[in-house]
Amino acid sequence: MPQIPYILSLVTFLPLVGAGVLLLARLMSKGSADGLARWIALATTLATLVVSIALVAAFDPSNPGYQFVERFGWFRGAEYHLGVDGVSILFVLLTAFLMPLCIVASWKTITERVVDYMIAFLVLETLVIGVFTALDLFLFYIFFEGTLVPMFIIIGVWGGANRIYAAYKFFLYTLLGSVLMLLAMLWMAHTAGTTSIPELKTFAFSEQAQPLLWLAFFASFAVKMPMWPVHTWLPDAHVQAPTAGSVILAGILLKLGGYGFILFNLPMFPQASEMFAPLVFALSAIAIVYTSLVAFRQTDMKKLIAYSSVAHMGFVTMGIFAGNDQGVQGAVFQMLSHGLISGALFLCVGVVYDRMHTREIALYGGLTARMPWFAAIFLLFTMANVGLPGTSGFIGEILTMTGIYQVSTWTAFVAASGVILSAVYALTLYRNVMFGEITNPAMKAITDVDRREILIFTPLIVGTLILGVQPGLVLDYTEASVSAVTTAYQLAIGG
Amino acid sequence: MNLETLVTLGVLAPLLGAAIAGLTGRRIGDVASQAVTTGLLFFSCVVAWIVFAQWTWGHLEPFTVTLAPFIHVGDFVSNWSIRIDALSAVMLVVVTTVSSLVHLYSWGYMAEDPDKPRFFAYLSLFTFAMLALVTAADFMQLFFGWEGVGLASYLLIGFWYKKATASAAAIKAFVVNRVGDFGFALGIFTVFWMFGTIQFAELFPMIADRAGTGWEFIGRTWSALDLAAFLLFIGAMGKSAQFFLHTWLPDAMEGPTPVSALIHAATMVTAGVYMVCLLSPLFEYAPVASQIVALIGAVTALFAATVGLAQNDIKRVIAYSTCSQLGYMFFAAGVGAYEAAMFHLFTHAFFKALLFLGAGSVIHGMHHEQDMRQMGGLAKLLPVTYAVMMIGTIAITGLGIPGIGGFAGFYSKDIVIESAFAAAASNHSPMGLFAFFVGIFAAGLTAYYSWRLVFMTFHNKPVWKEEGAHHADDHATAAQLETHSEPLEHDHAHDDHAHGHHGPLKPHESPLVMLVPLLVLSVGAIAAGFLFEPFFTGHHENEFWRGAIFNGPANHVVHDAHGVPTWVVWSPLVLTLIGTAFAVWIYLVKEGMARRMAERGGLLHRFLYNKWWFDEAYDFIFVRGAKALGDLFWKVGDVKIIDGGGPNGFAWLSRKFAGGLGRFQSGYVYFYAFVMLIGLCLFLAFAISAWGA
Repeated sequence: MPQIPYILSLVTFLPLVGAGVLLLARLMSKGSADGLARWIALATTLATLVVSIALVAAFDPSNPGYQFVERFGWFRGAEYHLGVDGVSILFVLLTAFLMPLCIVASWKTITERVVDYMIAFLVLETLVIGVFTALDLFLFYIFFEGTLVPMFIIIGVWGGANRIYAAYKFFLYTLLGSVLMLLAMLWMAHTAGTTSIPELKTFAFSEQAQPLLWLAFFASFAVKMPMWPVHTWLPDAHVQAPTAGSVILAGILLKLGGYGFILFNLPMFPQASEMFAPLVFALSAIAIVYTSLVAFRQTDMKKLIAYSSVAHMGFVTMGIFAGNDQGVQGAVFQMLSHGLISGALFLCVGVVYDRMHTREIALYGGLTARMPWFAAIFLLFTMANVGLPGTSGFIGEILTMTGIYQVSTWTAFVAASGVILSAVYALTLYRNVMFGEITNPAMKAITDVDRREILIFTPLIVGTLILGVQPGLVLDYTEASVSAVTTAYQLAIGG
Repeated sequence: MNLETLVTLGVLAPLLGAAIAGLTGRRIGDVASQAVTTGLLFFSCVVAWIVFAQWTWGHLEPFTVTLAPFIHVGDFVSNWSIRIDALSAVMLVVVTTVSSLVHLYSWGYMAEDPDKPRFFAYLSLFTFAMLALVTAADFMQLFFGWEGVGLASYLLIGFWYKKATASAAAIKAFVVNRVGDFGFALGIFTVFWMFGTIQFAELFPMIADRAGTGWEFIGRTWSALDLAAFLLFIGAMGKSAQFFLHTWLPDAMEGPTPVSALIHAATMVTAGVYMVCLLSPLFEYAPVASQIVALIGAVTALFAATVGLAQNDIKRVIAYSTCSQLGYMFFAAGVGAYEAAMFHLFTHAFFKALLFLGAGSVIHGMHHEQDMRQMGGLAKLLPVTYAVMMIGTIAITGLGIPGIGGFAGFYSKDIVIESAFAAAASNHSPMGLFAFFVGIFAAGLTAYYSWRLVFMTFHNKPVWKEEGAHHADDHATAAQLETHSEPLEHDHAHDDHAHGHHGPLKPHESPLVMLVPLLVLSVGAIAAGFLFEPFFTGHHENEFWRGAIFNGPANHVVHDAHGVPTWVVWSPLVLTLIGTAFAVWIYLVKEGMARRMAERGGLLHRFLYNKWWFDEAYDFIFVRGAKALGDLFWKVGDVKIIDGGGPNGFAWLSRKFAGGLGRFQSGYVYFYAFVMLIGLCLFLAFAISAWGA
């Protein structure tokens, strides 16, 4: 396949171009541009998907370094520096994969300010892909923090009744962490004399500086993940966000934290990572048990899935700081898999919400009788969420636990109990919504998934199942890059 | 076609059947779905018997077909593969034989159900997962099959999803099995941590050298092999419903009866026994864990038998009987007689599937009545069912004359009990003597509850004629009774039949499609013992197993079992006869005595009837505990402490001092976003210039 020049810039900024076109379309058109906006947004996200597939096809998985590197001087030492490795390229693909689904999922449900909505999503896509392609400290920061703005708008404008509180909470938490991260970045650039992330990875920060730097990055990424106890913004944000907003939030934005840990904390501050690993293990273990139990008691479907996300991210953080192949590869896999599964679960909630306009679990029950196909789809993703082997959810959990067991046995014991608890809350949710007799008269006429919805779910179903039986499709890409990180880490801590 | 291809097709055929019936069932119709799944299953069954015959009478060497990679991360390597050896050959035959017969039987049993394609798809899906389990060559595929059968079990227990008790039982089964899988997964991690591999073929030769490896935990050094074996055994306890993790199995009877026969009697629940036997190279070097296996097995054998004495639901009696027989298998494995455990697994599959399907035939004939107190006198009306139930009962009670012969259970149960004694006598296993006494005592209990079932159902005066009116009420209210889901739209054929109790109740014999599987299984229940005894535990034992089961250098248990004293050989028979005599006395000679005993409601009766109050205790500790903790973490932890101290506290402060948030309204969202963006840029520009300077 011929190389496309500047392909990373293309995949990053293509959605922004689409957003620009939308803006123009709104200015030019006299009547409603809503219909046109939907199609332009869909075409843009599909084009981005095509480019990202071309990118993956041209990628050499055996090379652990950064590929397709673009590097230009920018201003005052900061650079426009892009590149992808075996980890980040898959997140680019995940983003490009989920975005068209979000656009289709919003097709009928978003009827107000459609153009603005589509612009917000396209801008968000550029920013998120930018996070995964940026290799310059400040470029990364701009993209990373930039994602806050469109997400804030999506929740704040198209969200539910209590959207302002949720948007505020979301913003407050994430901003507090990011201020510390920026200070750390400034100090690092000053000390190392470079803003290039690959170069910083090889720079040995002094053991005195590492703990503070580590904590500064940790503050930002832990909020994003989110880790216990800074997780409470997530359930509110999810409950208020429109369906597609939840899909992006759970599917991609949460992964920025885990990606950040792998990009910064582990390779740049290995001694501090080792030092703080017990803290991370403890927080992860607490997150898994605590939020699973909280999820069990939720009465709102979205909140339940949101809490479940926090528990699943606990596996990611403990896997990363296990610092071995199984742990880190498992963590990356878990993030990608969770992107599909949690996205699909929020879409499932969207399906019934669109019909009944409530997320209150107690008002549902017995839907299987009226919605057999939906029952099958929801069941598949419920099982994927509890980590059933054969679905992608299993691979990430089993690998991260294998990894952590070798480093901290007791964390593995606690984490493994999360496997029991996830079955408790997920199957209880499924039973309460799907099983039993239909008692709510309003549900008697509920209809099964339509073609548009099946179109959305099909790629997610295929992805979840294929990655479940052939995880090599992902692991082959991440192997070399992760191995480079873990080898360097083990070397640095003398393990 | 070579054998490897054939075996591959045989393992994958049920998956194909499940996919066709599950995805296109509504388009191709009920009959096509049933025909496709059943046909493919019979194909698998033929393949399994070819493999088994070649293994037993031919000269087949063990082999492994590697189909595709599964997980490869560093040394953590797993492949999709099909491992053929003595153990998997036995299991292939058991699984596919029972499964194909159950598929066939379900044509009749589920004839009135509106959801047939879904039912047959689940049955075939289960069979595929079970085949993947028994042919696994590494821990990951084993775990895949392990949880896969758990999924199928969940789906089938909750098949009648409109019944609240069915969906509750389904969740209970899944969650309790997950408790087992928690141990199983940790066991796998321990193995990987010790040996750096999860492949059986690489792992087994390494174990002997690592027998002394220690493991530091809470300030003590433990034997790492014991730890690994114990954790893995927790998985087996969950799947095979052993003491502490048994509570799901009786509730699983909420599923349709063919499911109970296939999954909860003959195949899935024996997966734990299979796993311990497969891992015999590990358990042989884990003496403490093996003692725990023997102890839990013996306790379960006793416990479940006692509970079985007092149950009135025909399926629950058989469920507790299964639980108890699984206990026999585990204590056999625990004392080192893995061959005897596998033999009992093999014969048990036939007679227990027979008993369940026979019970299904009774339930079918009684229009979905399951309470034995509402039965009686059915022998004349259901003659074939009566005959096969007699065969099954003789087989399970192990009736037979030492030195001469008997039905299937006689051979396998006796070798299990004799092995326990031999293990104790040769000081190989300290738990052996306890297991031995439990074994013979529980044999007496088995005889009592098994004959009690037959007498209450088939003998005596029929209860259903006299109490027709009362019965209708009872049927409607008793929560544990098996009733088909009642979709409003499809009710006509259903009404005439399943709800026959509106008119006079006329029990009837089942159709041929249900009787044929019963007759086939009867042959197994009669002959599986004496036909295969030489191979499993007799003269040809070594040639048959060919290394699939490992016995440590000091383990001669099965060999010694053939030389135990005469009183040991005869004692199970004596106890069985005593148990039978009690049943005859209480249920035939003194008809009505049992009812009076139950009505008096002595403490012992209540204790047994309520299953030692396990459910109540677990509900109090775990279910309510989890709810209370969840509420505490949510309402106090998240809402009061974290939110109250964090964002809400901050909001309160800023309101107080700036009044800003009061005007934080939706119309201003763009404005705020814009301010954020500008602020961000300014901040960044300032920061970068400050750094550059």
